[in-house]
Amino acid sequence: MSQTVATPAPPARDERLGRRSALARLLARPEMGALVGAIVIYIVFFIVAAPFREATSLSTVLYQSSTYGIVAVAVALLMIGGEFDLSAGVAVTSSALVASMFSYQFTANMWVGVVVSLVVALAIGFVNGYLVVKTAIPSFLVTLGTFFMLRGLNLAMTKQVTGNVATNDVSNIDGFGSAQNVFASQFTVGGVSIRITLLWWILFVAVATWVLLRTRVGNWIYAVGGSAPSSRAVGVPVNRVKIGLFMAVSFLCWFTGMHTLFAFNTVQSGLGVGNEFIYIVAAVVGGCLLTGGYGSAIGAAIGAFIFGMAQLGIVYAGWNPDWFYFFLGALLLGAILLNTYIRRRAEASR
Amino acid sequence: MFRSRKRLLAAVLALGLVVTAGGCSESGGKQAEEGAAGVGAGKASTARITIAMVTHGAPGDTFWDIIQKGAKAAAEKDNVDLKYSSDPSSGNQANLIQSAIDSKVDGIAVTMPDPPALIPVIKKAIAAGIPVVAINAGITSFAESGVLSYFGSDESLAGEAGGTRASEGGYKHVLCVIQFQGQVQLEDRCNGVKKTFTGKWTKIYVNGADRPSEQSTIAAKLKQDPSIDFIITLGAPDALAAINAIKDSGSKAKLGTFDFNPQIPPKIQSGELQFAIDQQPYLQGYEAVDSLWLYKANGNILGGGKPTLTGPFLVDKQNVDFVGKFAAAGTR
Repeated sequence: MSQTVATPAPPARDERLGRRSALARLLARPEMGALVGAIVIYIVFFIVAAPFREATSLSTVLYQSSTYGIVAVAVALLMIGGEFDLSAGVAVTSSALVASMFSYQFTANMWVGVVVSLVVALAIGFVNGYLVVKTAIPSFLVTLGTFFMLRGLNLAMTKQVTGNVATNDVSNIDGFGSAQNVFASQFTVGGVSIRITLLWWILFVAVATWVLLRTRVGNWIYAVGGSAPSSRAVGVPVNRVKIGLFMAVSFLCWFTGMHTLFAFNTVQSGLGVGNEFIYIVAAVVGGCLLTGGYGSAIGAAIGAFIFGMAQLGIVYAGWNPDWFYFFLGALLLGAILLNTYIRRRAEASR
Repeated sequence: MFRSRKRLLAAVLALGLVVTAGGCSESGGKQAEEGAAGVGAGKASTARITIAMVTHGAPGDTFWDIIQKGAKAAAEKDNVDLKYSSDPSSGNQANLIQSAIDSKVDGIAVTMPDPPALIPVIKKAIAAGIPVVAINAGITSFAESGVLSYFGSDESLAGEAGGTRASEGGYKHVLCVIQFQGQVQLEDRCNGVKKTFTGKWTKIYVNGADRPSEQSTIAAKLKQDPSIDFIITLGAPDALAAINAIKDSGSKAKLGTFDFNPQIPPKIQSGELQFAIDQQPYLQGYEAVDSLWLYKANGNILGGGKPTLTGPFLVDKQNVDFVGKFAAAGTR
């Protein structure tokens, strides 16, 4: 029996504080897998689709991604906080309808409608959040209910007020121009037209990232998503955090709704159904866990970019349109597999 | 905490009041809207009957709204109690027809987007002694189902009209934009365009429930294939997205569309839209109810076993001023 006396490791450092290489730390970030996926998909389309290589095409892809990505930022925060919002897709349309119909019916300045719509949107978010925290029913069910209710309200209210299922043209109402400048303008940089939604998207991602990583509220969001009872036990205001997150979602739904209104002048009441899943897909592809407590805002942005890029890349490549959704699904599945693989590798290397 | 919250609330309310008071618009809005007179006629003295209209229309779609308006106008005139219901899924639509049979209505108007799924239940209604007419979709199978008449457009014929018109304009490459996948009548329209268009034909599917996405997808396609010089959209709201897409992509393509709504006439007047192919949904709804009433009241049947066509009716710069005023009232 040979007695091997283990040489004790130098006790200077606690292993929990062990330094990992910068690369390993970077790879362990929630959004890294998605970033690699985005780069791979970008390269694929860059090779197979000649029109995709142009800067103007990238601008179109970024515009499309931003219309998903703005709401996806808040949906990701909410998912990190452990909740879902299935009403987000139609809430975008609700906001646009409220602003348009209010200004039209009262012949009020467009900005009045915009403000009224914001108040209504925040109220919807508050009701969602309040019902979830007070009834303790899963948010999936609560917001499923509000999803259908809003869908019905969108149609019924629009018909009640306008007599039609689409709102009237509001482009000649005072304040339309200035509101359009804020929500739906575009400008040209080096011959490429850039939509203002892209700038807003970057801003919202930056703010959300700052909140998550640098503020107490950010810690609270991770905590309530990880375990609501234990965070309540250490004094985190769980209910307020969750209600706040639902209101953040409805705020960005309102923003996207304003974009839709000012980009198209009229709003059809049936729009937006199905988009709630695109927001959730963007967050999940971007590394958020469906169970909560893990994820990032940048990841959701990359997820939205992947979705927008895949959707338009297929068109730029001129692939058979009958197979569109098959390709889209395959690309998303590929991105998720790659994401999961990279995260496992990063975790194993700890 | 509470005090500051109350103050905040008061400030928000005050701001709201100030904004509302000073926030009136000088132009547009309800005040500028003209009193639009609807279609109205007297009222029949026949006994009140109940007619069910069961369609595959998606709730909140402009087109189906106009069908309903036509049906309501006829119902008012004919002393009819109209029950409208709809479901885009054919299984659910069949159930709705069954529930109309169960409630023993005096007549049923149906759309037939998916004949094999709907014909059995339609035959059941006829067997129960309820007269049935078909509208909008089902031109090829209405005779087989045993319904009295069919009021609608021939989608292929409408597509062919669009293709012919685009060919006459000397265009070389047409893009057909389909806003929902797997709907027979939409595919028929695009195939009709293909049949008569003399140049190259391409189709694309877009997400009709998301305008920005629809716009970017069309813009991407125009970029992918710059030879496209004419676009045909299959629904009126989709034409508005296509107009933006053309501007975005810097394409020189021109545009035509199927169907009609209040936003379409100004676009034809401004030249952003070359034409709109209307199938007169108002007429479909109106005739459905009116013909059932005539059958009940006087035993009349329209069409002689052949489809009664409500379209294609082509609206362009020549006749847009005449049709436009009805569209503004929401009935065309």
